[in-house]
Amino acid sequence: MGRVIAPTMTAPVELDQPVSSTDVRPDRPWITLVWNDPVNLMSYVAYVFRSYFRYDEAEAERLMLAVHQEGRAVVSNGTREEMERDVAAMHGYGLWATLQQDD
Amino acid sequence: MASSQFARRRDGGVTFNVAPDEAPVLRGLLLQLADLVEPEDIPVDADPLAAMVGIGTATQAPDDPVLARLFPDAYADDPDAAGEFRRYTEEGLRTRKYAGALLAITTLDDPGHKRRLSPDEVAAWLGALNDLRLALGTRLDVQEDWSEQVEALAEDDPDRTSFLVYDWLSWLQDTLVRCLG
Repeated sequence: MGRVIAPTMTAPVELDQPVSSTDVRPDRPWITLVWNDPVNLMSYVAYVFRSYFRYDEAEAERLMLAVHQEGRAVVSNGTREEMERDVAAMHGYGLWATLQQDD
Repeated sequence: MASSQFARRRDGGVTFNVAPDEAPVLRGLLLQLADLVEPEDIPVDADPLAAMVGIGTATQAPDDPVLARLFPDAYADDPDAAGEFRRYTEEGLRTRKYAGALLAITTLDDPGHKRRLSPDEVAAWLGALNDLRLALGTRLDVQEDWSEQVEALAEDDPDRTSFLVYDWLSWLQDTLVRCLG
């Protein structure tokens, strides 16, 4: 009977340190920003905030007005992966959204 | 002449009553939208697994300002991250928008009658109307208060018609958003 050769443990891979000028400390959360644009209806933007983020009516309205009046608003925060998911969803709704590390 | 509009039913459902003379206009607009967002043909030598899960090849924002608005960069100050995000999301987003436009078209086949929309059809209309307004609004360079833009146009400028269509689509989308409460 042939001997089953146990697979060797993979040697630890040395990961290249990301070369970046930005501060990537893990304690700085990522945020999703929604930007104002002249096309999206205010009623629609508030609806998106209610239906996707499950914000109540008052919070959705507050965020929508912040986008409209201040040009942008932070609509969610969390891990980078979570924010990429939120930004992709916002693009699906046609909202202009980006993610970045909080500063 | 009655306008097409969405209405909320007592049971929470949404009906769409499309005016017979507006159905062909909406169909034409939705076909143009489908054409605009249709996923790009994946080259035959592309990685089949990547193609299957919707990983595309585009890493740069489209040159066309309309497409750039429909498929914006996810990172404002990091072109590499924006490119990587685009590679993993744009094909899927195109596919969903394309399918939504086609689904909305199928609800236009009985104009003049109230049609109860399924939740998928409601979502398709909501997305398609918004995409149409984004496309038209970007092409017209619509500003917050665009009445002055229209006034500045010559009487026979064809953009006057486009602004009318934009205004009509805005009204139609608003009737739908209000149905969703």
